[in-house]
Amino acid sequence: MQLDIRLPIGLMFTLLGALLAVFGLIGDKSVFQRSLGINVDLWWGLVMLVFGGVMFVLGRRGTATARLADESPEGKKIDEIDNAGLEK
Amino acid sequence: MKLTFIDWAIMMIYFVFVLGIGVALKRYMKTSTDFFLSGRSIPAWITGLAFISANLGAQEVIGMGASGAKYGIATSHFYWIGAIPAMAFIGVFMMPFYYGSRARSVPEYLKLRFDEKTRGFNAISFAFMTVLSSGISLYAMGLLLETLLGWSFIFSILIAAAIVLVYVFLGGLTSAIYNEVLQFFLIVFGFAPLVFLGLKDAGGWTGLQARLATVATANGFASGAWSESWKFMGSPSSNPMGVEWFGLAMGLGFVLSFGYWCTDFLVVQRAMAAKSMSAARRTPLIAAIPKMLFPFLVILPGMIAIALTYKSGASGFTLPKKPDGTFEYNMAIPLMLGHYFPTGMLGVGLTALMASFMSGMAGNVTAFNTVWTYDIYQSYIKRGASDQHYLRMGRMATVFGIAVSVAAAYVATRFNNIIDMLQLVFAFVNAPLLATFLLGMFWKRTTGHGAFTGLIAGTIAAALHQGLTLPIGAHAGVKGGWFGAVHSYPSELAQAFWTAIFAWSACFVITILVSLATRPRDDEELNGLVYSLTERPRDDRLPWYQRPAILAVIVLLAAIVLNIIFW
Repeated sequence: MQLDIRLPIGLMFTLLGALLAVFGLIGDKSVFQRSLGINVDLWWGLVMLVFGGVMFVLGRRGTATARLADESPEGKKIDEIDNAGLEK
Repeated sequence: MKLTFIDWAIMMIYFVFVLGIGVALKRYMKTSTDFFLSGRSIPAWITGLAFISANLGAQEVIGMGASGAKYGIATSHFYWIGAIPAMAFIGVFMMPFYYGSRARSVPEYLKLRFDEKTRGFNAISFAFMTVLSSGISLYAMGLLLETLLGWSFIFSILIAAAIVLVYVFLGGLTSAIYNEVLQFFLIVFGFAPLVFLGLKDAGGWTGLQARLATVATANGFASGAWSESWKFMGSPSSNPMGVEWFGLAMGLGFVLSFGYWCTDFLVVQRAMAAKSMSAARRTPLIAAIPKMLFPFLVILPGMIAIALTYKSGASGFTLPKKPDGTFEYNMAIPLMLGHYFPTGMLGVGLTALMASFMSGMAGNVTAFNTVWTYDIYQSYIKRGASDQHYLRMGRMATVFGIAVSVAAAYVATRFNNIIDMLQLVFAFVNAPLLATFLLGMFWKRTTGHGAFTGLIAGTIAAALHQGLTLPIGAHAGVKGGWFGAVHSYPSELAQAFWTAIFAWSACFVITILVSLATRPRDDEELNGLVYSLTERPRDDRLPWYQRPAILAVIVLLAAIVLNIIFW
């Protein structure tokens, strides 16, 4: 049982997305001339924020269920089928 | 390119997370299997993304962008025939042997299947190449940051090396894998807006095609040469790559692509870290899905860059030229990032670029420390020591590997040809190796003597072919022709493809001949190592979306469809 990868990924993208979106909201708008007038920071920042959030939530649920699944008799059986004939 | 506080903050956040992941994973690194193979515990979707990400170093990203500008959509061949079929093949047919044999590395499989000398040949050449490759990654990154942002070359490579060193030292392969997945998402998020903005500037796909027609005709080709990938493959003179379909299909599509995806430990290691046989087999197949879509993320910007240079859009982007008159193709993607991305997004884009360099390096370092510890140190220097001893050795090998990478990066600044030479060496070694693996896994009669002599023959054949041919317009030197050119190829790519074909064929033939003349091992010894002596993996209890064969068919069909769309 290990650190669920979705936790750090989720956290990081949430942070980055928030940073970007906030800047897109309150920062100097003239920089968006480059991006053809589109406020990329705000829109894409929001997308990243949502992605990060989803990842993080999945990660939390994954950690909880993984812990339960590993110990359950079904989990052990599946492990056996997956690794039939192989020693670790 | 000016960076503001926000861009720096984004970069810092990334570095903190990368190091943090290493620190968080340290406690799980209890045995050498944990450190080198993640304890064989990683779920398929993660190993799948890591599989593709380890391959997606910045050289891929920058290089594919450059090729997109230089060759147009034909560059997609590197993906849709140069990768997908091989990935399907290794997932369905070869992973059972890699994973089922319990080999801890690719050279170790060779030892189990053949003998020590074959393993040694592969281990030593691979270790050497992979650590140099890591150095080249570092060099390319240092150069890019120096050019784009004016950062000190030595400073940026030392910082990057230090960061990679820390997170691999602490968290081993798992750390490298986690960071590779992080990198994957960062690249998707960092580059998608670039494609969107670039396409908008170029007038959408139709606008792009119209501009590409200008590019093609200005260079003396038919108007579709940059936007249609197969139509002009009939002869080398009708497409900008200078290749014809046979050399392309056999040289790239078969030898080079299968040689890399099926035998290079850098990627295979990620599949070996999977938590089960079915996960290991699905790893390359899962990886194939983003791989198929990546041309739109990395090749398209390159195409847009050249299109806008020939017929400018509203924003006035152009690709600069080098003093000798050719375009600075390698700068296509970095310059587009700087041109279109505002503060904030720029930070994300640059971080994505740096992440891919560092990830490429980490991938090489983890492959190196595993091959060094298990295949060289444990096999030839010190056998029978405790597992903790090898774990410590693995950590030391990490330090050593990074140190050599830094040294190699520095040497590359003095001898620019090092990069070309390394590409060459890769082809020399990978191409014959593929023949060895195919014969080893699918023909039980192959013997150790056969494999070893075959490998040597293949490598010599590659060197001979390279030494006797030259691409048009090149001088004898790194580009070949050392023994006097008896044949000239229409382009460097064509020469590379044919070197691969010759190398593979020589190895194939010699391996068969010598194997027939030497005694094979008994069938029981080869159980689990050869197709005819191994139980087929049972997939019937898995749901359809987890069955490797079904996934492979889906993936191949999708690739064919893409090829047809962009014919």
